[in-house]
Amino acid sequence: MKLNMTRRNLLKASAVSVAAGSMASFSGLASAHNHGGKHKVVIVGGGIAGATAAKSLKRLDPKMDVTLIEAGADYHTCFMSNEVINGDRDIKTIRFTLDGLKKQGINVVIDEVTGIDAKGKKVSTKGGKSFGYDRCIVAPGVALNYGAIQGYSAEVAKTIPHAWKAGEQTAILRDQLAAMKDGGTYVLVCPPNPFRCPPGPYERASLVAKYLKDNKPKSKVIMLDPKGAFSKKGLFEDAWRRHYGYEGPNAMIEWHGNDGVVSVDPKTKTVTTASGKKVKADVLNIIPPQTAGKIAQIAGLTNDAGWCPIQGKTFESSIHKDIYVVGDAAVADPLPKSGYAANSEAKVTAVAVYASLTGKAMIEPSWVNTCYSIVAHDEAISVAAVYAYEGDKIISVPNSGGLTPGGDGFNARDRKREVQYAYSWFNNIVADTFK
Amino acid sequence: MKKVLLPAAGLILATALPVQAVERGELLANSCFSCHGYEGRLANATIPTLENYPASMIISQMKAYRDGTRTGTIMDRHAKGYTDEEIELMAKFIGKQGQ
Repeated sequence: MKLNMTRRNLLKASAVSVAAGSMASFSGLASAHNHGGKHKVVIVGGGIAGATAAKSLKRLDPKMDVTLIEAGADYHTCFMSNEVINGDRDIKTIRFTLDGLKKQGINVVIDEVTGIDAKGKKVSTKGGKSFGYDRCIVAPGVALNYGAIQGYSAEVAKTIPHAWKAGEQTAILRDQLAAMKDGGTYVLVCPPNPFRCPPGPYERASLVAKYLKDNKPKSKVIMLDPKGAFSKKGLFEDAWRRHYGYEGPNAMIEWHGNDGVVSVDPKTKTVTTASGKKVKADVLNIIPPQTAGKIAQIAGLTNDAGWCPIQGKTFESSIHKDIYVVGDAAVADPLPKSGYAANSEAKVTAVAVYASLTGKAMIEPSWVNTCYSIVAHDEAISVAAVYAYEGDKIISVPNSGGLTPGGDGFNARDRKREVQYAYSWFNNIVADTFK
Repeated sequence: MKKVLLPAAGLILATALPVQAVERGELLANSCFSCHGYEGRLANATIPTLENYPASMIISQMKAYRDGTRTGTIMDRHAKGYTDEEIELMAKFIGKQGQ
């Protein structure tokens, strides 16, 4: 019975390959997925990591058979989505399709991956298709753990948005903020580490406050955070003091650390923290705790904490051979869970996958991260670093990177330039990934 | 005998090493392209494009950023992550793109 199932799936895989214009060849077990001598790579997920991996592989070997499977036809970048929420940017400007990848000969399949058979080396989908592979790259992003906050759920998120996966959620939150009365309270529930985009919640608070200051100056943002510290904290707090009265009598931003939200009453938009404090919101934005995307859990690629352990040099899964995990789902510390790091990881992993398929040597890797956060009119801050592989570990190269200068090094002209660079960064990374 | 055998053994070792998947300069330059455009090309950019930048210019400017003789908003922080050799390898690869 088991043998029959395997054969049926192989036949399905064969049918799909023929439909995609590939030559099917089952001359031997070892080359079952090596159609017409071409190496076959299946990529699960068409976000920043998945799309970059697909493009990079095709560039390394134009003959490679690269299939990318993504559930959604449209992709909205999380980066710059905070500018959509506060009305500074049209949501269309963060929307991308995978058409650019199709033009490069990548087989783009819009379907949801429901299983990855690491032993049989095939990926199955909700639409009933099966795709055999020589190597699989899994880039599922994050899953939101709604259950960690009592009363929160995917259903409740339709009216109390997380907006931590951009798109419809971003639009819901934008509309709620636009409709909020002057004098209203925007409550931002921050997640515990690790989570996607470490500076993201704090940029969001800044950009919401920017909107409130211009349009609804009696209103404020209250952040409730389980953590005692966060990315670029000193720079954010300095900007909040200068622009939004932080820590003063009329503060438009309040940050309360070391006291995370444990439950929500959706009817009254009231949250309760671990210490028992209750806060009522006019607009409630809950960013729940996170793990690797659902398919990583289903495929058994995750550790006890729910993230995917990898071998640092290649990002091959430490659990399953010939499967690589890139982007937010991977345990890649000190590389952050950022879109930029996902793009960088995918480029290096494409080289590693290409090397393993061709018998060539994987060379010493190098990664980078660059994240901008816009905090006010004409003011952005950034964090950057260069990463290397040393002693079986990913390390941040000593003395590289760091933050935009603050304190005595504050330079208003450079902060303004960083806004323009943030926009240029955005235009380019999306072109680098999708076009 | 040893004098004859040693070079021969060295030759065998050298030929047994697998070919590199890509040159290191290309892998390093891929990091630059995420902001500066693939192969150095980018339209309507505030971030300078690297097209038609000769390798010698990239080397001198990256070293100047790294050593603090040129100020920048972010390039100084990036440049500190690379050795002389790495800067030269990436610059040579980028320098080839505009030609």
